[in-house]
Amino acid sequence: MAAGEPRRVGYLYVLPALAVYGLFLLFPLLHSGWLSLFDWDGLSPGTWAGLDNYVELATEEGAAAAFGHVAVLVLFFAVLPVCIGLVLATVLHRTRVRGLPFFRTALFLPQVVAMVVVAVAWQRIFAPDGVLNAVLGTPGHAWLGDESTALLAVGVVGTWVQTGLAMVLFLGGIGKISGDLFDAVRMDGAGPVREFRTVILPSLRPEIGVALTLTVIAALRTFDLVYMMTPQGGPGGSTTVPAYEIYQRAFHGGQVGSAAAMGVTITLLAFAVTFVITRISGGERR
Amino acid sequence: MKRRSSTALVLAAFALAACAPGGSSDRPADRPAGEVRTDVAAMGEVTLTVWDQETRAGQEEQITRLNEQFQRAHPNIRINRVARSFDDLRNTVKLGLSGNEAPDIAQVNNGKQDMGAFVKAGLLVPLDGYAQAYGWTNRYPESVRRLASYPDSGDALGEGKLYGVPQTGELVGIFYNKTKLAELGLTPPTTWAEFDAALAKAKAAGQLPIQFGNLEKSAGPYLFGVAMHRHSQPAAEIALATGRPEASWPTDANRAAARQLLDWAGQGYLTPGFAGLKNDDSWANFAKGEGVFHINGTWLTPDLKAAMGDSAGFLRPPGESITGGTGLPWAISSKSKNPDAAAAYLNFITSPEAMKVLGETANLPVLDAAQQPATGLQKEVFDAWQSASASAGLVPYLDYATPNAYEVVSGAVEQLLSGALDTEKFLGTLQADLDAGRGGR
Repeated sequence: MAAGEPRRVGYLYVLPALAVYGLFLLFPLLHSGWLSLFDWDGLSPGTWAGLDNYVELATEEGAAAAFGHVAVLVLFFAVLPVCIGLVLATVLHRTRVRGLPFFRTALFLPQVVAMVVVAVAWQRIFAPDGVLNAVLGTPGHAWLGDESTALLAVGVVGTWVQTGLAMVLFLGGIGKISGDLFDAVRMDGAGPVREFRTVILPSLRPEIGVALTLTVIAALRTFDLVYMMTPQGGPGGSTTVPAYEIYQRAFHGGQVGSAAAMGVTITLLAFAVTFVITRISGGERR
Repeated sequence: MKRRSSTALVLAAFALAACAPGGSSDRPADRPAGEVRTDVAAMGEVTLTVWDQETRAGQEEQITRLNEQFQRAHPNIRINRVARSFDDLRNTVKLGLSGNEAPDIAQVNNGKQDMGAFVKAGLLVPLDGYAQAYGWTNRYPESVRRLASYPDSGDALGEGKLYGVPQTGELVGIFYNKTKLAELGLTPPTTWAEFDAALAKAKAAGQLPIQFGNLEKSAGPYLFGVAMHRHSQPAAEIALATGRPEASWPTDANRAAARQLLDWAGQGYLTPGFAGLKNDDSWANFAKGEGVFHINGTWLTPDLKAAMGDSAGFLRPPGESITGGTGLPWAISSKSKNPDAAAAYLNFITSPEAMKVLGETANLPVLDAAQQPATGLQKEVFDAWQSASASAGLVPYLDYATPNAYEVVSGAVEQLLSGALDTEKFLGTLQADLDAGRGGR
């Protein structure tokens, strides 16, 4: 046995965790996979459907819309927060702001608040008689009741929630960058933009990878915000997302097989996206 | 080693999972009245698990009182009450009834996606034998029993056997602000012409004619229902609401109703930005004095009475028809080991004495409403129910028609009002769902 190679007794140590993992995660996941091969209303005996549920997902309008909406949400939940977080972290790092911990806490706060509370609060802001209309001078505009703005409104809230997380991750990352690098680049006469491009951005690659992974997964499984802010899939079904469709189909529509197929699809999608992100951001650092 | 053990684990998990989902569909036997036992004392020690959604203030009070009375009268029966909100109950009752630890009694929503599906799967006990033994057939008018009746196929509400008994009634009608109406120099409208005139006068006086919030899309069908009452006939409305074969959406009457809805919106009679306003916020605004009329269900009666006192009033829509139904019927699980004791409980909580308790706790009793002592708004609601429940004009909720009707109808009304669907496409959407529902699933 080579030095450092785990002994077989090691498997005994992981067994409890593995048993829990298998029972509460692996088994339900496989069971969902199994259910997704049936046409089942949740009550009467199911009939074997093979891959029909998956084929239907690919062709059906409602499912396509849900996956399209979640793509838009990825932009708001992941891409925008990471960009804004980078800017905020850089600015907070450069200009030695007084009371930095306060700003850091304030920007991180949305992460701590329960999503349901966030949803209700923003619902009031977007209400026809809400703050947003008062500020914009557009009384009576129904942001959440308008097909063209409902999804964007949910997205904005997502950006608000996720930006703090990205920023705190990046601030930590910048703090770890050696001061010599900053000194060197400043000695070369670089301005803030070049400093950002040549020092901060490359050093933050792992943090960006982590931030993207966390926020993209949050986007893919969004349910609470959408469900609370725009009930019933929003105006004209403009805010349906896979998680909402799963809930709707499994608990109300009596289409358990289709719901399970959707769940499996979104799980695979999440795996694929995180795999790509880890690859690009250089998860295996040399 | 590593690969082999993980493969084994996957296989084991598959083996556990590998059986077609859904149990057998044995139908519970129909027991004639002669076979059922009604002598509770002779049933021995029994525990009944009851899943209910009586969680709002007045509801909680009535069921607690009735449970106490029942336990006092029948010490050999223990009630194990599991209370959940309406949404929570709806989301869990399917799993509950099909699981091994099924409740003996549960409140089940009347619609096809709930009670209909459970009947089809053989999860509920038909109550006709009990209805005869306990005299429920006389206790409840046919219009009420229909709303909890299904054939074995579970696809036609209002036919076949009885599967549940309700405690309360519900109407969707027109709440109005008496003070505002008096300020406008108007009396409560009793004809559609008077209703039109009142809306126009309110608008001209700078008042909000109809307080309406449709973010959740639940209020839209209520408003559309009132428009249908104006332009359609009760028989046609009932046929649509229960998805009967002769029902059809693209008719002149329904076209007129859809145009009516657009007219109310176009005239500016509805709350600005109603599509983004929550229903709860909308009735709260009405209670605060914003709006002359508000179309909603009688379940708001206690809240509106508390907030508005004597200035809240309730009107039936002019004409014969009115949307309404019963509170969630109480049904017996086919897995119950003591269906006779369960039936005795149902009999108790729907007895004339129980109706008194319901009236005292500000609920709308499904029976004898007019005999209950009540004043003001509550009295108006009780009288409206008494006259409506026994009439041919009681129209069930539109969402009973098909398994997806709730989503389809509420979504279509929302899109009609937003302009995303024109009148013909709106009726076409509803018809398509009706056709799909008829095909069965």
